[in-house]
Amino acid sequence: MRYAGRDWLLFGATGLATLLVLSMLGIIIGVVLWQGAPVISAEFLTSAPTSDMTGGGILPAIYGTVLLTLLMTLAVVPVGVATAVYLTEYASPRSRLAGIVRAAVQNLAGVPSIVFGLFGLGFFVLFIGRGLDTALGASEPVWGKPAVLWSALTLAILTLPVVIVTTEEALRAVPNDLREAALALGATRFQTVLTVVLPNARGGILTGVVLAVSRGAGEVAPIIFTGAANFLPYLPTDLRDMFMHLGYHVYALATQSPNVDAARPMLFGTVLVLLTVSFSLNLIAVVIRSRSRAALRA
Amino acid sequence: MSTAPPAISRAVPPRSEQDRAPSPTKLVCENVFVRYGTKIAVNDVSLNIEECRVTALIGPSGCGKSSFLRSLNRMNDIIEDAKVTGRIILDGEDIYARNIDVVEVRRRVGMVFQRSNPFPKSIFENVAYGLRIADMKGKAEIAARVEESLRGAALWDEVKDRLDESALALSGGQQQRVCIARALAIRPEVILMDEPASALDPIATARIEQLIRELREKYTIVIVTHSMQQAARVSDTTAFFYMGELIEHGDTEQIFTSPKKRQTEDYITGRFG
Repeated sequence: MRYAGRDWLLFGATGLATLLVLSMLGIIIGVVLWQGAPVISAEFLTSAPTSDMTGGGILPAIYGTVLLTLLMTLAVVPVGVATAVYLTEYASPRSRLAGIVRAAVQNLAGVPSIVFGLFGLGFFVLFIGRGLDTALGASEPVWGKPAVLWSALTLAILTLPVVIVTTEEALRAVPNDLREAALALGATRFQTVLTVVLPNARGGILTGVVLAVSRGAGEVAPIIFTGAANFLPYLPTDLRDMFMHLGYHVYALATQSPNVDAARPMLFGTVLVLLTVSFSLNLIAVVIRSRSRAALRA
Repeated sequence: MSTAPPAISRAVPPRSEQDRAPSPTKLVCENVFVRYGTKIAVNDVSLNIEECRVTALIGPSGCGKSSFLRSLNRMNDIIEDAKVTGRIILDGEDIYARNIDVVEVRRRVGMVFQRSNPFPKSIFENVAYGLRIADMKGKAEIAARVEESLRGAALWDEVKDRLDESALALSGGQQQRVCIARALAIRPEVILMDEPASALDPIATARIEQLIRELREKYTIVIVTHSMQQAARVSDTTAFFYMGELIEHGDTEQIFTSPKKRQTEDYITGRFG
């Protein structure tokens, strides 16, 4: 009897915990939908905000987020995939260098994102940017100021661990038989990687890329100091321009607006768009992953 | 697969006197050792492999026959810790010499693995793989070579209408013949086979064995097998390995009818292994 009672207790406790998680998600989505949906309109999605941020739309923020994420992807994928290829295909399992790189990747993943922001400011904007200006003899800062380029590179470093770890997993999932088959046919190691290993790891690598993108698209801390603008009524056209960003725009609307109460509908609308982007990216990652698993089993 | 399976004993033509005539030596192996770390897998093996003959390597699991086979096309290179010493001479050239191009060795000494491992590509692209990585460009030339190789692997008639289908959709035996065709496409001189039929049913096995006998016309074949019946059916000479050492090597008929060493006799009569 005593044991049966405990069993019920545990069942209740675990069930409650599950319910709690579900209700949290439900409340977040519910409130955002309820408050945000009425704001969403064609005009909201295609026009710039008014200067007091209580009206207009969020097009510059959507555009900036897309541009930033695209640039970040261009930077992170080649470096991340190349690192993973080195770790799994070239480094010996007992290589010290590989061990150090893996430890570095793990530690990189644990660094708080605000630290990446400060690093981006110090390294990219001030060190590289200012350095370039000095080298080119510019009288005014051209490169040495916050810009979408520096934000993208900072985010690339932040998302590098995701890409490396998922790519490594994907490469290891490629059966060794296939590598041996290619090598036995006279393929070089490089040809084996290029023609057999990478194509068969495509799904896993893509999953990693999408996960990195969805992580990068929502991060705000790394871009505060490196390129995000409070308010920018035009769309950036140059890598050295600043940009608006959905996540940062949420922060700005909630804390920096001259009239926070009047800006609230805009705030919820922006959150809804940001959540939609994040969720759809995650959904894409899940679909790609399940498809690539199915393809490997076939 | 529509025709009735041939009896296995009839699948392989009987050997004629001419088969046993001496043939020039293709591969000379002298004092070959293979070590994995501190473990010695192949211990001082010297063995000559004759041209256009089938040489079977037999012995119990872990006897070193596969390790020895993999040293013949330097596939042990890719195993961490593996170290091969001694000399393996292919047509007068030591394949472990310093100036030797491993890629060239592997193109001359092809390999078929125990588990069929076609690439997840079409049948055509599987067979064409070795040609493409060697930069063969001409479309017609590649198509001709693919057909030639599939015919060589006795698979052409079964797949000629569906070359664009995935090789993974084929049966196990057909997949293994795709792998053989893929190896043939780059026109190797020697083909190594590591238990090529161990995962196949008896009918598919019989086809592979028949194929091996046919391939012997043009290629030097070294086959590792667990099955002594298979060694007896397909090979001209047999080498018996035990605990990393080569115990006995000779005419297959002699090995199976009047082995000179006690261990060989114990193994082939099924007393252990």
